[in-house]
Amino acid sequence: MTIRNALELKDVKKNFGRAEIIRGLNLEVHEHEHHVIIGPNGAGKSTMFNLISGRMKVSGGSIKLFGSDIHNLAAHKVNRMGLSRSFQVTNLFQNMTVMENLRCSLLWSEGHKYAFWKSVMRQQAVTDRAYELAERLNLIAQADITASLLTYAQQRSLEIGCTVASGAKVILLDEPTAGMSRTEANDVIQLIQRMTGENTLVVVEHDLSVVFELADRISVLVYGEIIATGTPEEIRNNAAVQEAYLGTEVH
Amino acid sequence: MATNTAAGGTNLLKLWPWMAAPLVAIVLPFIFDSGHAINLLSHMGVAIIFALSYNMLLGNTGLLSFGHAVYYGLGAYVAMHVLRGINDAGGEGLPIELLPLTGAGAGLFFGIIFGTFSVRRAGVIFAMITLGLGALVHSSSLMFTDFFGGEAGLFGYRDEAPSLFGVDYAPRRNVYFLVVAWTLITAILIFLLRKTPLGWMANAVRDNPERAQFVGYDPTIVRFIQFTLSAAFAGLAGGLLVITDEIVNAEAVGALQSGAVLLGTFIGGIGYFIGPIVGGVLVTFLESSLSAYTEAWLLYFGLMFIAIVMFAPMGLVGIVHTQYLNWKADDWKGNTGARLYILFAGLAGIFGLICVIELSYHYFRSWDPSAPFPLMGVTVDATSALPWLVCFGITIIGFGLMLFHGNPMLKRKLGAKSDGGKA
Amino acid sequence: MLETIAYSIFNGVLYGTLLFMMSSGLTLIFGMMGVLNFAHASFYMLGAYFAYTFGLGTGFWVALFLSPIAVGAIGAMVERYGLRRVHQYGHVPELLFTFGLAYVIEELVALFWGTVPVPYKAPAALNTTAFTMFGLDYSWFKVFILLVAIAMFIGLWVLIKKTRAGLIIQGALSRPDMVGALGHNVPMVFTLVFAFGCALAGLGGVVGGIHFVTDPGMAFMMGPIVFVVVVLGGLGSVPGALVASLIIGILQTFFLSVDFSLAESIGTLGIEDSGFFGVLWHMEATRIAPVLPFLLLVLTLIFRPRGLFGKREV
Repeated sequence: MTIRNALELKDVKKNFGRAEIIRGLNLEVHEHEHHVIIGPNGAGKSTMFNLISGRMKVSGGSIKLFGSDIHNLAAHKVNRMGLSRSFQVTNLFQNMTVMENLRCSLLWSEGHKYAFWKSVMRQQAVTDRAYELAERLNLIAQADITASLLTYAQQRSLEIGCTVASGAKVILLDEPTAGMSRTEANDVIQLIQRMTGENTLVVVEHDLSVVFELADRISVLVYGEIIATGTPEEIRNNAAVQEAYLGTEVH
Repeated sequence: MATNTAAGGTNLLKLWPWMAAPLVAIVLPFIFDSGHAINLLSHMGVAIIFALSYNMLLGNTGLLSFGHAVYYGLGAYVAMHVLRGINDAGGEGLPIELLPLTGAGAGLFFGIIFGTFSVRRAGVIFAMITLGLGALVHSSSLMFTDFFGGEAGLFGYRDEAPSLFGVDYAPRRNVYFLVVAWTLITAILIFLLRKTPLGWMANAVRDNPERAQFVGYDPTIVRFIQFTLSAAFAGLAGGLLVITDEIVNAEAVGALQSGAVLLGTFIGGIGYFIGPIVGGVLVTFLESSLSAYTEAWLLYFGLMFIAIVMFAPMGLVGIVHTQYLNWKADDWKGNTGARLYILFAGLAGIFGLICVIELSYHYFRSWDPSAPFPLMGVTVDATSALPWLVCFGITIIGFGLMLFHGNPMLKRKLGAKSDGGKA
Repeated sequence: MLETIAYSIFNGVLYGTLLFMMSSGLTLIFGMMGVLNFAHASFYMLGAYFAYTFGLGTGFWVALFLSPIAVGAIGAMVERYGLRRVHQYGHVPELLFTFGLAYVIEELVALFWGTVPVPYKAPAALNTTAFTMFGLDYSWFKVFILLVAIAMFIGLWVLIKKTRAGLIIQGALSRPDMVGALGHNVPMVFTLVFAFGCALAGLGGVVGGIHFVTDPGMAFMMGPIVFVVVVLGGLGSVPGALVASLIIGILQTFFLSVDFSLAESIGTLGIEDSGFFGVLWHMEATRIAPVLPFLLLVLTLIFRPRGLFGKREV
């Protein structure tokens, strides 16, 4: 069985002026796997996500999605090639309802593009899929509530829903459980696992219990470089990782 | 800001505004039947189309333009040239009813040309590009005198052109009905556009361009298409203007015109479909009628605009809508008195302010300030202290009561309600 | 020809320094607060009118001092009671607020002083000829304009780069909470910066009102050009504003004084004086002059939105 790489970063570099944030980053994410990125604050995790998703340009190196170059492409182009992401700070269409958010997230993948000659509400396929998504997100009761009025946890759920809605094969999640209680975090993890069965997941996380529960493989990012990649067991026992990051936090 | 989407299908009862409005419009010129009034009504129709086109940019897509009159004016100019061509050909050619389409075509054309570099950025840079373009086109009007007709502008004759329905457009009332027809068509089209994938994604791009990218949409393309469609409708309005006025000059592309549509649309309420309609009507009315009564109309306009920006950014329609929602939610129970008190105190304050402003204008600007001056039905001497004291007094008392007595009272009552106290 | 060039350069520099005095405050406010003050030229106008009115009672030299202070005070009140309220809604409402403000100020000026230009003239002491060049007299007032502009530039540069106040202001812009936590009153800082920017505009008005005409339309006339200067120079950059002002000043003056068209210089090349390109080919430079600044603005925004020296994009 050949394992295809969903995402491949080779020698990626990113400089802000003279500050080297990402210095020669190498990462391979297998298709269908749940890959978690951990690392100390300021290591460059958000920057790495920004480079992959097209929010920023690389200063060097290459990023491939299923074998095609995606580095330096505009974000919407990267998205159309099958990659989507969520944000650390909730990033929804604040003035739209839950259903409207989901519908908008589906429009492109359902092929409607920039059409201005047909009504959105008449597109039954879009409505059905949005409804189905809302059910899976447990947001049916909130279907017609404006996004800005949802609770924090509900907003995070919706965000995951919108991220998944576009049908992307590779999904980047940036600290999905940030700011949540234990129960809320568990709910979110279950939601993620429910919504992203077949997808390739790349998740940035700080909460180590979440990390070890979710991950097929883990990569450790320190000072702009990946210093180790492996199964949770391998990472737990990796000396360099223990020294750089885990220290005495391993339980 | 409400995105105002219609849930569900076309319920005939929900369509009542669309059926009532044309009926009202048709009846109006028989009620206000002076030539001046009908002319004003026609201008309101043109202003409504212009403002609706403007709100496609501002309210729907989040693009603030300081130079939208460029497409309005250039549309008018192209339509004027076509009309003159028809006149010169002895009244043969395009029917007059279709003349606005030439304006729309011109608007679309220039919208595409200028849009290609205007919309790559949003926000303040976009606003400044539109400002620069507007100033550029306006100041070039003295360069290309063949096209712009120099300082005097260009004129044409609407009754020396063929008509599709055999109508004579010399009488103003017939022109008005043509305007109503086009206004209705435009309003329906712009309304429907809001419900298309493009219209929805325009809202999405307005709210969160980054998230729009991450669901696969290029915000620049969304903005570009909205921009060109908006420019086309603006050009259509310009083409109509040629029919109502039979003259066009460089003011049509100027900063005042761009400013007026911005002020009017914002005052009306950019988050609502009918906001620009209200705004367009209001601006037209203020510009023409009020200026006959008072020199201060532009000052009132500016003050109203600032007040809306500061205290009611959702516009006049928004104020009414919010109060209506409060009323529906039974928020009015037990404090209707307080709300009315605030309203009347505020109105008194505004009344006083108007008196002060009118007095000031009379005092500073008239030839003989001490001559008896009719102020709100009372004859006063602007050079004596009494009228000033009274007017300032009314203003201060009115606003004072509203802010320092009425508002806290309402807050207390609302607080008592939410604490479960007696309503 | 040499005469025309020298004249153009000299007058262009003069015009440019006036533009700088009008625009330095605007670029400062933007650089520090991110607010694009549409009504900036209105404060310039207020400076001229106040100077004229104060001058009637106290003479020019006292008015030179009082007028910017008065304008700054008004700016402070506008920021404290108006802008600050709108700030929470974002940059677009701020822009709209200042837009409406420009209208209101113009109407109030027309109300109190009338629509006819006021006879605001240079003081007798400065009205004498400083030197003559190519048959044209240049008065001491023109020299005075240059001196004020230079003083303004040096003062601003020192303030921003060298003083504690400048450091605090820069800090407040990027990390307002931190600066607040250190004990500085951040909202007060913003009010002061805004007031200072307006005072600068007012100072420009004191001088500009004499050089140009002082009437209620002067804000709307100069306003757009000030925007061009600020964008071309780079938003937030005071040296940029100076360079851009000089470029536009010299360029526009040059175009206005030189009798020149492509057709006359290179030859008609058989191009008729009609149609879009034909008209341009035959057009004299003087008729293109008013369009020039806006052409520069649009080109800058398309190709280099951060301007010549700007560090941040809008």
